[in-house]
Amino acid sequence: MPEIKELQDFATQVRRDILRMVHKVNSGHPGGSLGCTEFFTALYKEVMDHHPDFNMDGNGEDLFFLSNGHISPVFYSVLARTGYFPVEELSTFRLIDSRLQGHPTTHEGLPGIRVASGSLGQGMSVAIGAAQAKKLNKDKHLIFSLHGDGELQEGQNWEAIMYASAKGVDNLIATVDLNGQQIDGSTETVLPMGNLRAKFEAFGWDVMEIEDGNDIEQVIKGLQEAKTRTGKGKPVCILMHTVMGHGVDFMMHTHAWHGKAPNDEQLENALSQNPETLGDY
Amino acid sequence: MKEYKNTGSKDTRSGFGDGLTELGRTNPNVVALCADLIGSLKMQDFIDENPERFFQVGIAEANMMGMAAGLTIGGKIPFAGTFANFATGRVYDQIRQSIAYSGKNVKICASHSGVTLGEDGATHQILEDIGLMKMLPGMTVINTCDYNQTKAATIAIAEHEGPVYLRFGRPKVANFTPEDQKFEIGKAVKLYEGTDVTIVATGHLVWEAVQAAVELNEKGISAEVIDMHTIKPLDEKAILESVKKTGCIVTAEEHNYLGGLGESVARTLSQHQPTPQEFVATQDTFGESGTPAQLMDKYGLNAKAIVSACEKVMKRK
Repeated sequence: MPEIKELQDFATQVRRDILRMVHKVNSGHPGGSLGCTEFFTALYKEVMDHHPDFNMDGNGEDLFFLSNGHISPVFYSVLARTGYFPVEELSTFRLIDSRLQGHPTTHEGLPGIRVASGSLGQGMSVAIGAAQAKKLNKDKHLIFSLHGDGELQEGQNWEAIMYASAKGVDNLIATVDLNGQQIDGSTETVLPMGNLRAKFEAFGWDVMEIEDGNDIEQVIKGLQEAKTRTGKGKPVCILMHTVMGHGVDFMMHTHAWHGKAPNDEQLENALSQNPETLGDY
Repeated sequence: MKEYKNTGSKDTRSGFGDGLTELGRTNPNVVALCADLIGSLKMQDFIDENPERFFQVGIAEANMMGMAAGLTIGGKIPFAGTFANFATGRVYDQIRQSIAYSGKNVKICASHSGVTLGEDGATHQILEDIGLMKMLPGMTVINTCDYNQTKAATIAIAEHEGPVYLRFGRPKVANFTPEDQKFEIGKAVKLYEGTDVTIVATGHLVWEAVQAAVELNEKGISAEVIDMHTIKPLDEKAILESVKKTGCIVTAEEHNYLGGLGESVARTLSQHQPTPQEFVATQDTFGESGTPAQLMDKYGLNAKAIVSACEKVMKRK
């Protein structure tokens, strides 16, 4: 396992990438991206057995599906910095003729992306399908997925959540990014979802929580524990508490930066809080 | 004039079920999903022979489409079956994002399309599905006319890489295409050569077009009949070659005249060979309860309607 400091440095560089990508085109979603930086770092640097020499079918490796596609900046940065495509390509984010669309897609053939996402609520179903394919292929590797908390308001999730436990899809680890924020405000003001742990448990899932999803050690430990809970008849859910906008003080604890780019001054401020570690693209 | 014989009426959905069963035996990558309509889709034989390759998702079509997309990621070829209404309109966005835009090799298999679903009525009788599916970039759209063709198409689409919408129906209809006829996606089948008018039909209307041609022949009118089983990609060559001879055309489909085969043909003609056209299709209306025959008659979807349309369009030459 890499030193924690090494992973933290990686995460800091990813934060810089997110901020610079969104700033350059004055569009994109920094808040959720910053909140999930530790998760992506842990997943791609430490937890998953995955192959950057990308193959769409992904046989013989762990697969990840991002359901809340608007946090593409963090996904792109981590994919690039773990070898899926050149880091320099991050500079094309959301620009014409780029493979890095605002929301991820397979359409432009970007290595690491196996399904388009952006229209919310569909990723769990796709993850279940891929998990079932792994079982048919007698591939013991796992499927990971990430979902926004607000995204759970989409009904298709509950079709999928019901299916996964009923049919024993126990090679799936679905993580919910619990930051309590969505576009129009907090999830509590927009549409409170009640006790999510109780809901997942009532649907037959094995549920665990990561109390601080912005603590890289806790995230790794949580994901490793989740792996040990697979193969026991139940799908595994991680409720991961994060702070939207984490790592940039003026972006934290608010929905204001869900889908807004920093201006020049704000960028400088944000970058000063996340000094360069691995080199900017 | 060549005589087409009904070798015994059968439902097109049984053609799908039997094609799927054959695929189960010949292609280990084929898997099937269904949303609580196994009997309606005639999937039981496939399930009996391949229980591990079948996924009953319950009444949850959105999840079914997403799962189908996910199954392709392990190299499977999913056939997802339900009623046409729930296979398209209900899950349009799931198909758009997770299947079409993602370029997934999913076969959407839709039964009970159109008014011939019958007594269940308008809620279940989708007449817009061809339009919805053909507008999706990369989606192949097929509407088969009888049992044999549906079986052949089911087998053929497994070999085609990419998303496919395969549309068929509920009632028993004449089975008249040759059992051994190879199904070629995008290649129309010419049933009659003619010189006075072209009839291009799809789905259950193909048999009606054959009857119409016989009737027209008795009136001294020579109709060319084309079975356009693939609506996208459209066999434009077959259409253009035919109208160069006949100078007018009738399209016939169990679908709204907006967005269906007729519109695809009209676009082709307007771009390459402007030609008078009449549409045998529903006229921007919902269906209702009734027997299939009653509904085909009321909504003008039969041989009689095709004959009238031919006589009308010929005057416009």
